[in-house]
Amino acid sequence: MNKRSFLYRVYDLYADGFRHMTLGRTLWAVILIKLFIIFAVLKLFFFPDFLATHAEEGGEADYVATEILKNN
Amino acid sequence: MTNLLLTIDTGTIDWSRAQFALTAIYHWLFVPLTLGLALIMGIMETIWYRTRKPFWLTMSKFWQKLFGINFAMGVATGIILEFEFGTNWSNYSWFVGDIFGAPLAIEGIVAFFMESTFVAVMFFGWKKVSAGFHLASTWLTGLGATFSAWWILVANAWMQYPVGCEFNPDTMRNEMVSFLDVALSPFAIGKFCHTVTSAWIIGAVFVVAVSCWYLWKKREVKLAKESIKIAAVVGLIASFAAALTGHVSGQQVAKVQPMKLAAMEALYSGGTEQGLTAIAWVNPFCQPDYLNEESAPLKIDMPYALSIMATDDPHGFVPGIKDIFRGGYKNAKGELEPSIDEKIARGQQAITALAAYRQAKKDGADDAIVNQQLSILNANMKYFGYGYIKNKADLVPFIPINFWAFRIMVGMGCLFIVFFAVIILLTFNIPYLSVITRRLLASVHLLPETETDNYDIAHLPAWHYWAAIALVPLAYIASESGWLVAEFGRQPWTIQDMLPTWVSVSDLQSGSVMLTFFLFLILFTVLLGVEINILLKQIKKGPSASQNEK
Repeated sequence: MNKRSFLYRVYDLYADGFRHMTLGRTLWAVILIKLFIIFAVLKLFFFPDFLATHAEEGGEADYVATEILKNN
Repeated sequence: MTNLLLTIDTGTIDWSRAQFALTAIYHWLFVPLTLGLALIMGIMETIWYRTRKPFWLTMSKFWQKLFGINFAMGVATGIILEFEFGTNWSNYSWFVGDIFGAPLAIEGIVAFFMESTFVAVMFFGWKKVSAGFHLASTWLTGLGATFSAWWILVANAWMQYPVGCEFNPDTMRNEMVSFLDVALSPFAIGKFCHTVTSAWIIGAVFVVAVSCWYLWKKREVKLAKESIKIAAVVGLIASFAAALTGHVSGQQVAKVQPMKLAAMEALYSGGTEQGLTAIAWVNPFCQPDYLNEESAPLKIDMPYALSIMATDDPHGFVPGIKDIFRGGYKNAKGELEPSIDEKIARGQQAITALAAYRQAKKDGADDAIVNQQLSILNANMKYFGYGYIKNKADLVPFIPINFWAFRIMVGMGCLFIVFFAVIILLTFNIPYLSVITRRLLASVHLLPETETDNYDIAHLPAWHYWAAIALVPLAYIASESGWLVAEFGRQPWTIQDMLPTWVSVSDLQSGSVMLTFFLFLILFTVLLGVEINILLKQIKKGPSASQNEK
C-alpha cells in the first residue's frame, strides 16, 4: 500500500497507536472487561427485551394496551 | 406525617426506580468531568498551538491523559440505562415510541462516532498529524461529547415536557410530528445549557484540586499554577453561566412543572409576591403535612424573588401545592388551570375512550362509534396519566429531597463563584481588587500576613490546598443534586402528565430487579475503585510520565 495514501495513514495511526500503548493497555483491558460484563453477562442473562419475550411478534401494541389499561 | 423509611415499597416499581437512579448517578460521575476537562485541555492545547512553547505541550498531554482515563471508564456506562428501558420499563419504552428512539439513535451514530474517531487522533496522532489537525481533533472530541449530551438531554427534556408528538391509539405509541419541536424544545435547550455549564465547573474544580495537590507536594509548581489560572477563569465564567441558565431552567419548570417548583420551595400555599426560601426547616426524612401547614417552619425568604424567578414579575402568581390541587388560577399560557379532580376525571375519560376505541376497532364497529371514542381520547389525552391517580398525594413529589437537593445545588454554585473569584484575584494582579481581596482575607486570617501585598499561591498553608481538594466531592454532590431535583421533582411521572411510574414499569418479579440492582452496585463500586486508582496513579506520576505514554 502506498505509504502516503490516506487509508495507509489512517491504518498507521491506529496500528502504531495501539502498538505503543502503555497506560492505554490497562484502559482497554478495563473497557473490554466492562463490555464483556455488560453485553455477555448482563444483557444476555439479566436484561432480556421484555416485550420480545412476553408479546407475540407484531402484537406488542395489544400487549402494552392490555398492560396499560389493566392498571386503571 | 408519612415516614420515608416506612413508605419504601420493595416492589418492582421501587427497585426499578432505584436501579435506574443508581445507574444514572454512576454514569453522571464520568460525563461532567469529560465535558469539563475537554474544554480546559482544548484551551491548553490552543495556547500551545499559538505559542509553541514545550511547557504548554506538556500541560496539554498531561490533562489529556487524565481526560482519557475518565473517558475510558465512562464508556458504555450509559448503555445500561437503555437495557433497563427495555427490560424494566417496557410499557414506557413502547409508549414513548420513536420520540425517544430518534435522539438516542442520533446520539449513538453521530456523536459517539465523532467522539471516538477524534479521540483516537488526539491520543495517537501527536506525531502523525499536523498540529492544526491535532488541535481540531482535540476540540472535536470535546464537541462530540457535548453533542452527545445534547441528544440525551433532548430525550430527557421530552419526558419533562412532551412536545412535537401525537399519540396513536392503534400502535399505542407517541409518534413524532415535528422533529424540530422535539430537538429544539425550550426545555431541552435550557437543560442542555445548564447541564454543560455545570459540567465545566466540575472540570475546573478537578483541575484546581489536582494542581493544589502538586502545590502541597511542592512539585510541578509551574504546571499547577498555570493550570489553576486557566481552570479558575473557566470555572468563574461557567459558574455565572450555570447561575443564569439555572434561572432559565427554573422559569421553565415554573411554567410546565409547577408541582416540581412547589416541592423545591416547600411551597404549600402560593400567591403573588412570593419570596424565594433561603432556608426553612423541612425534615429530611418525612413528607411534610402540606395540606394542614401554611408554610414550612422557620422559613426565611428573599422577598419577591420566587415571583421574579418564576414569572419575571415581582407581583407574579406562583402556585403552591394546595393551589395546584384546587386549580382555578391563570397558568403560564394565561389559561385557567383545571383542578386536579378535573384532570383526574378527564384522564379517566381518556383511558376509557382508549379502551373503547380499541375494542370498537377489534369488533369492526361503525366508523362513527370509532371516531367518537377517538375524539374523546384526543380531547383528553393531555391528562391521560391523571386517570391513574387514585390518591392526590401521589402527585406530590417527596418534598424534602427536592427542597434540600435544590439548596445544596444553589448553595454550592454560590460557593464556586466565590471560590473561583478569589483564586483569580489571588493569581492575577487585577488593579485594586487583588490587593483589597488579599488584605481582606489576611485580616480574617484566611491568608497569612505578609509585608507586601504579593502572594504566591505556591506558598500557602496546606489547609488551603486541602480545602480545594475537598471541593471535588462537593462539586459532584452539587451536580448530582441538580439531577435529583430534576428527576425526583417530576414524580410520579415518567412522561409528564401522560404516564406515571406504576403504569410504565414491566410486569416483572421484584426479586429479579433487586438482584440486578445489587449486581450493579457491586460492579459500579469495583469499576469506580479501579478508575480512581488509575487516575490517582497517573496524577502521582505527574506530567513527565505523560510525555511518552499513550
